[in-house]
Amino acid sequence: MIWRFIARRTAMLVVTVLVASIVIYGALFIAPGDPATLLVGGGKPPSPRVIEEIHRQYHLDDPFVQSYWRWLTGMLHGDAGQSLSYRDSVTHLITDRMGNTLFLVAYAALLIILPGVALGTLAALRGGLGENLITVVTTTLMAVPTFVISVLLIWWLSVRWGWFPAYGSGVGFAGRIEHLTLPALALAASWLAYVAQVTQAAVRAELASEHVETARSRGIPERFVLRKHVLRNAAGPIFSVSGVAVAGLIAGASIVEQAFGVNGIGALLIQSAAKQDLAVVQTLALITVVVFVAVNTLVDVVTAALDHRVSLEAGA
Amino acid sequence: MNRPQPLLAIDELHVTLPFKGQPRTVIQRVDLTVPAGSAVGLVGESGSGKSMTARAVLRLLPGGARTGGKILFDGADVTTMSPAALRKLRIHDVAMIFQDPRAHINPVRTIGDFLTEALVTTRGVRPRAAEATVTALLREVGIADAARRLRQRPSELSGGLLQRVMIAAALAAEPRLLLADEPTTALDVTTQAEVMAIIDEARAERGLAMLFITHDLALAAAVCDRIAVMYAGSVVEELPADRLHDGARHPYTRALLASRPAPGSGGSLRAIPGRPLPAYETGPGCAFGTRCSQAQEVCGAERPLPRSGGGGTTACHFPVDPLVPQATTGAGDRSTTHG
Repeated sequence: MIWRFIARRTAMLVVTVLVASIVIYGALFIAPGDPATLLVGGGKPPSPRVIEEIHRQYHLDDPFVQSYWRWLTGMLHGDAGQSLSYRDSVTHLITDRMGNTLFLVAYAALLIILPGVALGTLAALRGGLGENLITVVTTTLMAVPTFVISVLLIWWLSVRWGWFPAYGSGVGFAGRIEHLTLPALALAASWLAYVAQVTQAAVRAELASEHVETARSRGIPERFVLRKHVLRNAAGPIFSVSGVAVAGLIAGASIVEQAFGVNGIGALLIQSAAKQDLAVVQTLALITVVVFVAVNTLVDVVTAALDHRVSLEAGA
Repeated sequence: MNRPQPLLAIDELHVTLPFKGQPRTVIQRVDLTVPAGSAVGLVGESGSGKSMTARAVLRLLPGGARTGGKILFDGADVTTMSPAALRKLRIHDVAMIFQDPRAHINPVRTIGDFLTEALVTTRGVRPRAAEATVTALLREVGIADAARRLRQRPSELSGGLLQRVMIAAALAAEPRLLLADEPTTALDVTTQAEVMAIIDEARAERGLAMLFITHDLALAAAVCDRIAVMYAGSVVEELPADRLHDGARHPYTRALLASRPAPGSGGSLRAIPGRPLPAYETGPGCAFGTRCSQAQEVCGAERPLPRSGGGGTTACHFPVDPLVPQATTGAGDRSTTHG
């Protein structure tokens, strides 16, 4: 049952990515004028010789389906074309920066999920003042825009106390931890409340459920009740919201990377969009779509594995 | 008073639950004894406090509940017991069969996990040995393909099968007292009889005591030794099961008996006039007073205390004398009270 579910979800993933890729490639042709001018990027009009070269290189004179297919197969082979504004291959530009972004997103995800689940569980178990405090703090963090948090963190932890560097990506594991702590905190702040509050609601619902009453009536130690019944059964929604949060982090990484001068693909996206370097923007857009859809598919599959009723329902 | 100590003795149990910051009475007064090895039926309408009484025995009451009186299990008071003693009571002495097995068995874990969990986590039984134990128990409660069932999840089993799983889980604890909270109410009629037979058989084999909660008078009379009738959070009458039909002395019990449909008679159903009251709505007098055909002035002013007589106890100012022949009994027949 679960395998059929996985197969169906994977098929949906492929279809979604295909549709997205058509839209992304088609964007070249939606814009008025010659797509070649978009690919050159920059503000000033390029020379006719360059335009001609672009047309040849990108096969822009072929029918749309043919040129799209060539672009897509190129992408699948890791060839995303050339960036004229960076004078480098797009693939190279992205692989150079991918590590920083992945590190940042993974770090931020850790900072969201571990404290979020812990705070949410604590709030549900304790109730009262602690619960209100947790709700107020996490909600406040959610309400503050990421760029404001970034500035506050730089001013406070970097300039005033000098704990962390304010700029750059760092090298090696320790260097990255040092440099990416502030960006990761800024990125995590707005998502913490989601995970904490969904955890709190799910844990509270399970605590009041009949099967937990059964477990208690049998004298099962409270720590087992909490782990094997409450958290185990609340894992579905917690995992779902964590997945959404991680997908959101990928999108949100641009602002933070720009603010902290992290050399990642988020900053690359902003910079190349500013330079109107469409070859880079297209590739990054496609990668974002793929990662987003892949994360969601993974979340769905894991949720189904956690609670087999999900895959049974979806199979109907 | 030299009788052996009963296994379970509930003495003037009173329970309140917080409602909008105010304590609200859900159990007014319950006196009940369950001798070792015997079955006591606790009957009453929905909301009369039957389930709450059973939960109080295991201290499973909702948060904020306040308990008065005593619940003595084997001489130890459950209401004031230390957490360690309470855990021991739940692990070794008292097991509960809940009404709705589909809600009361963790839906995401396997039947095997559910059954072996208590043995493994509370008694340190090895998982493999625990599995052998519960497999044998599943066979005993009439589940033939036990090994396959252990790998399945609750949603793959019917309600009747799940209730058998619940019974097996209760038996696995090797308790001395079984609390059965309407164990057949959520099942369809044909499986009800089977499940009841399984409980009865397992009980007889092990010499288990049972507090059987139901609203089915006939079923309670059939499987229990004694019957306690609850109304609005109080036990109003307690008597031997075989005397229920012609020895009941409380007007409420008699009205309940009279409102059952008689098979084949084809007559219209008799109902008790008025609606059943929750314990917190009752006044200073008898809780049943407002609906009682025999009620007199004192019934509205003074709460009747349980008094023994006729082999049981009755909490009524004017208990009916069953030896006096009566034209009809029960609802709405004020004229025949002292006929």
